[in-house]
Amino acid sequence: MKNTNEATDASHYKYIGTRSIRPDGFEKVTGRANYGADLSLPGMIWGKMLRSPHAHAMIKSIDISKAEALAGVMAVVTYNDFPSVSSEIVATGEGTEDLLDLARNLMADGKVLYHGHAILGVAAISRQIAEQALALIDVEYEVLPAVLDVRDAMAKDAPVLHEKMYTEGLAETPNTASNVASVVELKKGDVDAGFAQADVIVEREFYTPTVHQGYIEPHACTVRYDEHGQSMVWCSTQGHFDVRATTAKLLHMSLSKLKVIASEIGGGFGGKTTVYLEPVALLMSKKSGRPVKMIMDRDEVFKASGPGSATRNWIKIGAKNDGTITAMQGKLHYEAGAFKGSPARLGGMTAFTPYDVENMFVECYDVVVNKPKVAAYRAPGAPQAEYAAEMIVSELAARLAIDPIDFRLQNAAKEGTKTIYGPKLKRVGLVECLEAAKNSPHYQQALKENQGRGVSSGFWFNIGGSSSVTLNMNRDGTGTIVEGSPDIGGSRASMQLMAAETLGIAAESFKTIVADTENIAHNDGTGGSRTTFATGMAVVEAAKDVIRQMKERAASVWNVNVDVIDWVDGVAINVGGSEKLSAAEICATADRTGGQISGQGNINARGAGPSFAVHICDVEVDKETGKVDVVRYTAIQDAGKAIHPSYVEGQYQGGAAQGIGWALNEEYVYNDKGILQNPGFLDYRIPLASDLPMIETVIVEVPNPAHPFGVRGVGESGIIPPLAATAYAVSDAINAPITDLPCSPPNVLAVIQANS
Amino acid sequence: MPIVDYKAPVSVDEAITMLADCNTDVKVLAGGTDLIIQARPASSNPLTVIDVKYIDSMMTASVDSDGLTLGPAMSCAEFTARDDIKAIYPGLVEAAYLIGSTQVQGRASVGGNLSNASPAADTIPPLIANGARCVVAGPDGERDVAVEDFVVGVGNNCMLAGELLKKIHLPLPQARTSDAYLRFIPRTEMDIAVAGAGVSITLNSDGLCTAARVAIGAVAVTALLVPAAAEALIGTKLEDSALQAAASAASAASKPISDRRGTADYRRHVVGVLVKRAASIAAQRAQEK
Amino acid sequence: MAKVHVNTTVNGDAVEFLCNPGETLLDILRNDLQLTGTKEGCGSGDCGACSITVDDRLVCSCLVLAVEAEGKKIGTIEGVADKDQLNVIQQKFLEHAALQCGICTPGLIVSVQALLKENPNPTEEQARYYLAGNLCRCTGYDKIIRAVMDAAETMRGAA
Repeated sequence: MKNTNEATDASHYKYIGTRSIRPDGFEKVTGRANYGADLSLPGMIWGKMLRSPHAHAMIKSIDISKAEALAGVMAVVTYNDFPSVSSEIVATGEGTEDLLDLARNLMADGKVLYHGHAILGVAAISRQIAEQALALIDVEYEVLPAVLDVRDAMAKDAPVLHEKMYTEGLAETPNTASNVASVVELKKGDVDAGFAQADVIVEREFYTPTVHQGYIEPHACTVRYDEHGQSMVWCSTQGHFDVRATTAKLLHMSLSKLKVIASEIGGGFGGKTTVYLEPVALLMSKKSGRPVKMIMDRDEVFKASGPGSATRNWIKIGAKNDGTITAMQGKLHYEAGAFKGSPARLGGMTAFTPYDVENMFVECYDVVVNKPKVAAYRAPGAPQAEYAAEMIVSELAARLAIDPIDFRLQNAAKEGTKTIYGPKLKRVGLVECLEAAKNSPHYQQALKENQGRGVSSGFWFNIGGSSSVTLNMNRDGTGTIVEGSPDIGGSRASMQLMAAETLGIAAESFKTIVADTENIAHNDGTGGSRTTFATGMAVVEAAKDVIRQMKERAASVWNVNVDVIDWVDGVAINVGGSEKLSAAEICATADRTGGQISGQGNINARGAGPSFAVHICDVEVDKETGKVDVVRYTAIQDAGKAIHPSYVEGQYQGGAAQGIGWALNEEYVYNDKGILQNPGFLDYRIPLASDLPMIETVIVEVPNPAHPFGVRGVGESGIIPPLAATAYAVSDAINAPITDLPCSPPNVLAVIQANS
Repeated sequence: MPIVDYKAPVSVDEAITMLADCNTDVKVLAGGTDLIIQARPASSNPLTVIDVKYIDSMMTASVDSDGLTLGPAMSCAEFTARDDIKAIYPGLVEAAYLIGSTQVQGRASVGGNLSNASPAADTIPPLIANGARCVVAGPDGERDVAVEDFVVGVGNNCMLAGELLKKIHLPLPQARTSDAYLRFIPRTEMDIAVAGAGVSITLNSDGLCTAARVAIGAVAVTALLVPAAAEALIGTKLEDSALQAAASAASAASKPISDRRGTADYRRHVVGVLVKRAASIAAQRAQEK
Repeated sequence: MAKVHVNTTVNGDAVEFLCNPGETLLDILRNDLQLTGTKEGCGSGDCGACSITVDDRLVCSCLVLAVEAEGKKIGTIEGVADKDQLNVIQQKFLEHAALQCGICTPGLIVSVQALLKENPNPTEEQARYYLAGNLCRCTGYDKIIRAVMDAAETMRGAA
């Protein structure tokens, strides 16, 4: 087995770029790490939700009398138990949500809007009794027709989910309610003029299904309500400060009255950036006077957490015979689920951004349907739109008989390219990624019979945001990095390496902890590929603050001006003399020089650098059954700087695997009544160990000038290219166009048969 | 909880007495990989489970001149590790190996797979292809039922209240006979069959097919024995045309539905492909005997 | 409904507990014995996060009734390391960065231990198929398989 996962350049850093053992590793390989479902408290009871068996219905009546009479039932909570909330936009993780929608998603307000929509919660002395109580509740429904696709939702006489929702973004204010929440247009240049210059134009409509992040850990929390002191929530989340903010807002609490502790998190991929259980559990705790634990069953995770949007995206691209793309146009329709707020606009902003093309125009429709409200899913909105665009780009290259990588290079976005959403790109690494792809051993390998190859680019912005870090130095010169960014994929290790590099102190000298909302100032959630970038910058700031203090202490000991102190490899040096004091020596005597040393780095990080990715996928298709096997796969991506190369590669490989699943077999299957048919890992088919080859990686490093070590976020871009790389490979193998995902055996066989 | 009582008899007779004496719904527990999930909903009836894994004869298998006598509750992990069984019935062992993950293999059993009577059960087509019979024991003695008659509907077998699947018996195949089982799933593992085909082929010394049994799964409410597919193979050397005819016969005999695992048209098509491929493998194996 | 008294052995320790006849071994391990290293990902045997061994046979503890543990030898993630001395598999998982979020890791390590006991020299393909019932959504399995192959080689060398 060849290890292809070496970083591409040797660095001049001492700690950064090394493959250190993660500091939380021991706990995680021994089972000692505590996740969302792992905390129990004395006197704790169990909460469960009653969920709608219908996709769209009015609730006529609810009878809880039999459930309340069941021995062991401690509390029943319905929508009416929530304090009243009104429409207000609040930040949740990677995006924003309307508080009123959030409340009505937590619990139906007289009307259920999707299969699995929560109706009420029951808390009892055991999980089993809570489940028995749910079975005793009688709900009378008036079933309404379900709207399950953007086409149906946008039809003239479509049943309307929200009677007070009027389309935003239209030239004229509409006077009838609609399932279209908003229309956004993005534009640069003149696409009509662009298409007029084109020698070849390709246009198609593509479909991508509803998909789920598929984290292995179900949503879970344990809470304790305290009317007079401070309430507590322990939960699995990407952003515990966001959980605190939304929960406090929904329950009319002040932030200081609520402490949220982030447990270890068993995967999120954007799906754990909002709340589904925590406010309900707190209300149950309030009613019962007992701590309450809630754990979603797997089917509840699929039915009622936030999947990724299904889309119907039409794309049209024109190019000259010499390979110059002249115009790119799209009309994107994203399902938002039951409440407005799909990432349609993000789809529009990303679809064509790998290209330096003068004329672009995209219309983005945000459409509600009777499915669960979508949540962020790794580069939210980008994979669907870029899939459609990249499929057309590959088809155009084939029509023009130009190598697909050369075609992309010829039109590649680079520093100075004006984006469709306004600003010009700063230094980016797309060209370097494409060149690495072209030069990869994979791309040189010839294909065999029944095989096909696809190439795709991917673009994601990445974000910065608010991060706060405290670096507490111990009396022996070791230190604790206190951060507030839940570690979802090994980021504690990167924090240590950045602190070590800045201070010149060995990485093992640091312990990194993810503090609760009490023990560190606000942090935005782990999302938007921001943690290593933004929280990493905060770590560097905190470390610099420590160095500043160390130098001051040394200066005071030596009775010299601090300006003559240098800090080299963890040691203060008096440039004017021969004195040296190590960090350990300074820390040991800190009480005598002014008290203990603690660095602070509270920042709002700016200058997040986009990360471009290019993937190559080879598949083999069984033409009798339509089954697709991925036989070789390479993921190339610009990390800016890989702080911990193993975890950077892990992001590329994990993103690739998720994207391959999206391309090949993953989809929500609803019946015509809107009942989800596959709410489990048996029939929602995520890739298995036996489904995949090794995923080769190339780490490209084009430093982000805004980060002290050049970091770009790497968490998200990697899920974008697999869709088109895989689907185009299938298309190449069967010599017929693929438009609809997933490329599941029945779908692929249908394309083969239709084209034979 | 729906499961309200658990009993662990050590003999078949004791199990039959316990089945008769039970005053709630009662189910036999072998590996539990289907039963424990099915018994979970809080709304289901109180259930007593009779764990038959302490009954030696339910947990062992022997091969002799009569063929294979299989204890229905023996785990697939133990069953598939038996080289003596694999040498004679490779298709059935393949099918048992396909049920679920390694973890599920550690618990699931051929008898459980059969009794659960899913249309997509992997072991049923190769059991039928091999002419397997079930010995069903009850308060009134024993009866002997062909596997194709044992399963009577989706999730339903022919056993009456108080009866227990005591043994599964497969006759010893004739000379130059072998079997194969193929199923189609979207991934490489962990899925339920979209379609399945178990084929047993007997060749004479000239390589001519003298006997065949073809059974298909997941394309009707029960697995189907397809005599027309077998007839298409008998008397041929399994040339492409014969394989294609068998495939067409299997597709024609199928009565599939559309669901989350595949459309009816797709299943009808793929079951033919599987019959064709499984027949080739079985013939190849028979040739090598 | 009367509770059932069960005597069993967990990671070498004699253990007794009371359970309802329908309770799963997973629930007893996590909620009664406080062995929360075994995780629940699906409750239906489809994800492998709850993998344990019963009499050395790898199973999903969500599909085993607690009453079935009577007289058996149970092995969980908590018993893999020798006190604070990591097993080779655990060490290789760390060296290869074979975990990101870590929720599938306990089940995987228990499964890999069972794999290498049955087959000390697996091919990459054998390892991938043996572990097909252990879902990981973070890693794409690449680094997990590398850790498994490396652990197998190291363990063969030490044997």
